[in-house]
Amino acid sequence: MIVAIPVDETREALCVSFARAPFVLFYNTDSHTSEIKENPAAQAEGGAGVKASQFMLDGGAEAIITIRCGENAAQVLKAADVSIYKSQGSTVQENIDAFQEGKLSLMTSFHAGFHGIR
Amino acid sequence: MRVAVLSGKGGAGKTFVAVNLAAAAGKAVYVDCDVEEPNGRLFLRPQETETTPVTVPVPVFDQSLCDGCRKCVDFCHFNALFFAKNRPMILPDVCHGCGGCAFVCPRKAVSETTREVGVVETGRHGDIQVITGVLHTGEASPVPVIRGALRMAASGKEFTVIDCPPGSSCSVMESISAADRCILVTEPTAFAFHNFKMVHQLASLLGKPCGVVINKAEGPYSPLEEYCAQAGLPVLASVPYSRQTAAACAEGIIASRTDAGLAKVFEGLLEQMGGAGR
Repeated sequence: MIVAIPVDETREALCVSFARAPFVLFYNTDSHTSEIKENPAAQAEGGAGVKASQFMLDGGAEAIITIRCGENAAQVLKAADVSIYKSQGSTVQENIDAFQEGKLSLMTSFHAGFHGIR
Repeated sequence: MRVAVLSGKGGAGKTFVAVNLAAAAGKAVYVDCDVEEPNGRLFLRPQETETTPVTVPVPVFDQSLCDGCRKCVDFCHFNALFFAKNRPMILPDVCHGCGGCAFVCPRKAVSETTREVGVVETGRHGDIQVITGVLHTGEASPVPVIRGALRMAASGKEFTVIDCPPGSSCSVMESISAADRCILVTEPTAFAFHNFKMVHQLASLLGKPCGVVINKAEGPYSPLEEYCAQAGLPVLASVPYSRQTAAACAEGIIASRTDAGLAKVFEGLLEQMGGAGR
């Protein structure tokens, strides 16, 4: 199974923004390998949440771990049956460990989007 | 003559100026383009109202024709489309109804339906035709409703007052697009002055001749006066701050009808706009 995680410039910590994270880390729970790709939605004018979600879907993600997530992104991910987990702690490693131990819970609240406001 | 009344800051007095200017003209068309909170009708209380729905086009995908090429999804500049479970899907709120997805589909699998995003209400207040754009709650884009309201006013050759939304974004741009002149309403405060400069920049970019109405004037405010003098912006009118005017507005009263001083101010403003006859 592939888990997608939006990460910041350090590539080791989760990014506070889901849609406009500079990178997305794809972790394969079977092979225990990870791959970091540039997020093409980071510079999108609008609909960045939708575009970032599409990028993760196309990368084969079946689960997402994120600090927060907007409504539009959540709609895309739900339509594709991708589970959205709320992160714990700040690093990728902590979250992958927690995910594999079944300690992360599903995200239940989604924000209305910031529409370019940072 | 089509006059747009705008201000950067909300609450500066756009609706106050627009409504009282239309009242001074007597025979006029008043268009409320502040579709997120159209307040002009609280003063004008239009009679014999009729409402017309405003719709936007929304794409529909025929799964039996779609071969999953994703051209539509890739084309959508607004990222309103996504591809999941082997088919394109849409987020209607994000869609701008541009029709691009139908255009690029090689298999003609995209057709269009419509979605109602608001209404335009028309009615009369004496000889003033009152046109009000009303955006449905929760809708993201006011532009289609503003266009609908302005289209309704397009046929008339009468003196037209366009009451704009606050700010200086695309909804304001749309509202002043067809105006011959702009009245920039501001208060003599640092906050209002800051936003006033932004709308002046916008109106100038669009090549609209501008004049200024200073509302709630308590005394001289030199940054504004100096800016106007430097930019060659005429100060068309100055409305003094008055508790009585504020109270009249709070009651939904067209203040210039119960205050001879205010009536004179708006007659003067109308005169400078070329009068109701044009």
